[in-house]
Amino acid sequence: MFRFIRVTRWLFPLLALALLAATPARAQLTIEIVGGAGTTIPIAIVPFENEGTWPLGITGIVGADLTRSGLFRLVDYAGILPRPARTEDVKSGDWRARGADAVVVGTMRPQGDGRVEVRFALVDTGRQAELAAMTYVVAPAQFRATAHKIADVIYEKLTGDVGVFSTRIAYIAKQGRRYQLNVAEADGFNPQTVVTSNEPLLSPAWSPDGTRIAYVSMENKKPIVYIQSLASGQRQVLANFRGSNSAPAWAPDGRKLAVTLTKDGGSQIFLINPDGGGVQRMLTSASIDTEANFTPDGQSLLFTSDRGGSPQIYRLNLRSGAVERLTFDGSYNVSARATPDGKGFVFVRREGGRFNVAIQDYATRQVQVLTSGSLDESPSVSPNSKLILYASEQGGRGILAAVSSDGRVKQRLVAPATDVREPAWGPLPR
Amino acid sequence: MRNWIIVALVAAFVVGCKSTETQPAAPIDEQTPAAAAAAGPGAGGASTSGTGASGVSGTPAGAGAMSPLKDPKSILSKRIVYFDFDSFAVKDEFRSVIDAHAKYLQANRSARMTLQGHADERGSREYNIALGQKRSDAVKKLMQLLGATEMQIETVSFGKEKPRDPGHDEAAWAENRRVEIVYVGE
Repeated sequence: MFRFIRVTRWLFPLLALALLAATPARAQLTIEIVGGAGTTIPIAIVPFENEGTWPLGITGIVGADLTRSGLFRLVDYAGILPRPARTEDVKSGDWRARGADAVVVGTMRPQGDGRVEVRFALVDTGRQAELAAMTYVVAPAQFRATAHKIADVIYEKLTGDVGVFSTRIAYIAKQGRRYQLNVAEADGFNPQTVVTSNEPLLSPAWSPDGTRIAYVSMENKKPIVYIQSLASGQRQVLANFRGSNSAPAWAPDGRKLAVTLTKDGGSQIFLINPDGGGVQRMLTSASIDTEANFTPDGQSLLFTSDRGGSPQIYRLNLRSGAVERLTFDGSYNVSARATPDGKGFVFVRREGGRFNVAIQDYATRQVQVLTSGSLDESPSVSPNSKLILYASEQGGRGILAAVSSDGRVKQRLVAPATDVREPAWGPLPR
Repeated sequence: MRNWIIVALVAAFVVGCKSTETQPAAPIDEQTPAAAAAAGPGAGGASTSGTGASGVSGTPAGAGAMSPLKDPKSILSKRIVYFDFDSFAVKDEFRSVIDAHAKYLQANRSARMTLQGHADERGSREYNIALGQKRSDAVKKLMQLLGATEMQIETVSFGKEKPRDPGHDEAAWAENRRVEIVYVGE
């Protein structure tokens, strides 16, 4: 078995309203941190005043989130008494002596209606200054969501980047012959099954507003693309044309999707409205064109094509129709995903029979290989462009793994007795 | 030589049975808004959360008991065409099988067929769907040259999702790079 770090066993009722209709999945993903960043921010997270009143606290989850990012190191709070609960209680000298650059303190106070007022403050021990303070009034069932929000605030204040602890991920879990499309919190908790099938499911793609997921199902003896609402669980066919229908990708404004259809011969890229209408062919080639992915400005599509004799990544300018080849190194470069910061893209490259996730910068054309498995595939970038979730293999089983975009932080998400694959990182909550 | 005799017999049989054996010639149309709206859970038994719908649509039973498609002695019982690594070229050893099926389609214009392309496990899932599609398209092209019509054959791909051999070696990969011939209604 693996060593699970800071995994609590509390399973609470559903958090996100969007998932009320979903059913709990059996296999919980647990996270293992494989490697850390070179430098980490030392931070002390003091249990909130009254936190022990509730079985599931908040600070433990905040600490787990920050640690998992690989950018933070927790400093022990034991022995500093009385425990500070407010900014003015924090004696910076005590914390600096322990090496903490920042301290998180807070209070929890039951309201009459069963809800709880949660206040927290982030204090810079160097300047004895409050960097952030927030108050939330929530039901205990929302403690996990609240903890993720607090972690997001801390992460953003101390790193300058947006936190992604409140986001969700989708992935396909395969147990025996059964395929499930699951949605979970970014830390793997609260997995909810939104589709179950005895035939393959693949290529989940989040709508930009996080309310819907497009995916490919082979339940009707061919690949068909569906769009499903997470709130209601209802779905509709997006593309069921003669031939194969696959590789859905949403435009950043949510008003179009790119799909690969073979209805006119060959695998070709089309745009389609979310209701299945307005089908428009974007490219005409005698080669394979597939795996489209929009750039964050919505102006271009990255895609895979074998027009040059081997599969490579190309970019189509949707306005001019111009096509530009982006990858030149190696004979197999596929599955491009644009990073949300607009600077480049991640993709899968084959070298020496191994498949690994790499990142390429548009401006410098520099390629960095980020992973070292043998069958790494299906990369998906976090909304802050800092982490890449991908499918890997361990002991003959599919697992999910994450790597930071600089290659330094590595994590694995493992579910017992389950093949996990096809991860898709959801958008920032609105 | 024996194969050709069987093909001739099959053709004669099919012609003879044509009036009684006709399957509903479900044309494989492009989707319409109505079709999209009516899409329920499929025959593959997929279910989505939050839906109370249980209207699983069954598929019709296969061709009649006398169908040459079911005769294990007929070349028409051969349903798999294998491919070399990274190749879409139909190898000579499969020409006779493809020819027999093409002639069956020619003799039975109401028959409909799906060619299901597959790839081995290496590489991207979506790119492998495109590779499998290229293989099923190659077989279709040949069948058209040999007498089948365009509308009789739908080509699809399962990529690497449905391997025949779950292994991870050369032998398994060779078994999985294939096109499967499936008649509609089977």
